[in-house]
Amino acid sequence: MSYLEMHGITKVYGEDAAQVVALANVDLEVEAGSLVAVMGASGSGKSTLLTIAGSLEDATSGDVFVGGRSLTSLSRNAKAQLRRQSIGYVFQDYNLLAGLSAVENVSLPLELDGVSARKAQATAMEALEDFGLKERTLHYPDQLSGGERQRVAIARAVVGGRKLLLADEPSGALDSTNGEAVMRLILAACHRGMAAVVVTHDAQLASWADRVIFLRDGRVVDQTLPAENPETFLADLRQS
Amino acid sequence: MSIRHALLALLSEGPKYGLQLRQEFESRTGEVWPLNVGQVYTTLQRLERDGLVESDDNADEGPQKGFHITEEGASELASWLRTPPDFSSPPRDELVIKVLVAMELPGVDVHDVVQVHRRYLVELMQQWTRLKEDEARLDLNFALVVNAELFRLDSLIRWLDTADGRLKRAAAGVEAPAPQSFPLPKPRRKVGNRS
Repeated sequence: MSYLEMHGITKVYGEDAAQVVALANVDLEVEAGSLVAVMGASGSGKSTLLTIAGSLEDATSGDVFVGGRSLTSLSRNAKAQLRRQSIGYVFQDYNLLAGLSAVENVSLPLELDGVSARKAQATAMEALEDFGLKERTLHYPDQLSGGERQRVAIARAVVGGRKLLLADEPSGALDSTNGEAVMRLILAACHRGMAAVVVTHDAQLASWADRVIFLRDGRVVDQTLPAENPETFLADLRQS
Repeated sequence: MSIRHALLALLSEGPKYGLQLRQEFESRTGEVWPLNVGQVYTTLQRLERDGLVESDDNADEGPQKGFHITEEGASELASWLRTPPDFSSPPRDELVIKVLVAMELPGVDVHDVVQVHRRYLVELMQQWTRLKEDEARLDLNFALVVNAELFRLDSLIRWLDTADGRLKRAAAGVEAPAPQSFPLPKPRRKVGNRS
């Protein structure tokens, strides 16, 4: 079973004449270790898909399984625990807490989950060092550049052995160099075994994914075929 | 692409022979643009005819024949570097034409046509991005060639996305099509050379 499975997801907002179908019968499976990008125009339902995958919002119908557990079968508390322990979120606007330093932002979710402050701090330090932020651990978000803030946010999303990474336009506000750095970190998390879903309208970002699915008006209309071996691609290129 | 000027650039570093020029050209373009040895010699002959390079007087004809750049060649190279390529008129882009045709043809869903091309371009971008994954492989020249290709493909996808959105709004009556008599801008003065 894939780490994230979504079956027949439909999401309807509003009632009667004011009804808006945001998602219509969407299926999505993301295996551990793989990166899936979801592309679509604004209003195509891609952010809604992500919030439902992360149990931040319930589907009108359909089933979501995270790590083999059906979200519909979980109590509110169990869902909150699943979110804290297994799911990391990355947003376009970073969502860091302004009153906390970089290391506190990363360690907070671990502490909320019962890890001792000292251990959480050490784990957070290690993650930030891995992300090239050793000199920035005590800085507050407003003292960091956009690229650094997003790296802190990704560190926060992947620490503590989380298994599912959900990112909504993670480099939306960054230049292409920082955007690429963000995707490299997300890809590295996948290589360590996380399953990741990145929602984006940016093809340069999406092209880091193993698979790209395309949403239009709340439906999956297409997806890419698996890429061929880079060596074969390069050899073909040089022969053409 | 101007092989002529690429060879002049390589010769501006010092005298070289034909095979060496071919190898250096390929390695410096990330081996993405292969060059056959025949092209190299034909180009060298033309450069020599135009007085931009000279061959060693006493060398035999053949792979070991050396060439060096002349003063005229160096000034041609300097002027080429600063002459913008001709982007003043749009190329007759097949992708644009396919979408324009799809809009008019009865029984064809233009959004489906757009998606076919979008998917193909994203798949190509995935291939190019794979080449970036292994940073050890990336010398600066190769990285710049890969980036150029990714930006080029990306710009096509952005155009498809924009076209898709405009067609959808137009179909919903939100956006009226431009009137037939819409005045076209006058062509701009040509500043560059089409090579």
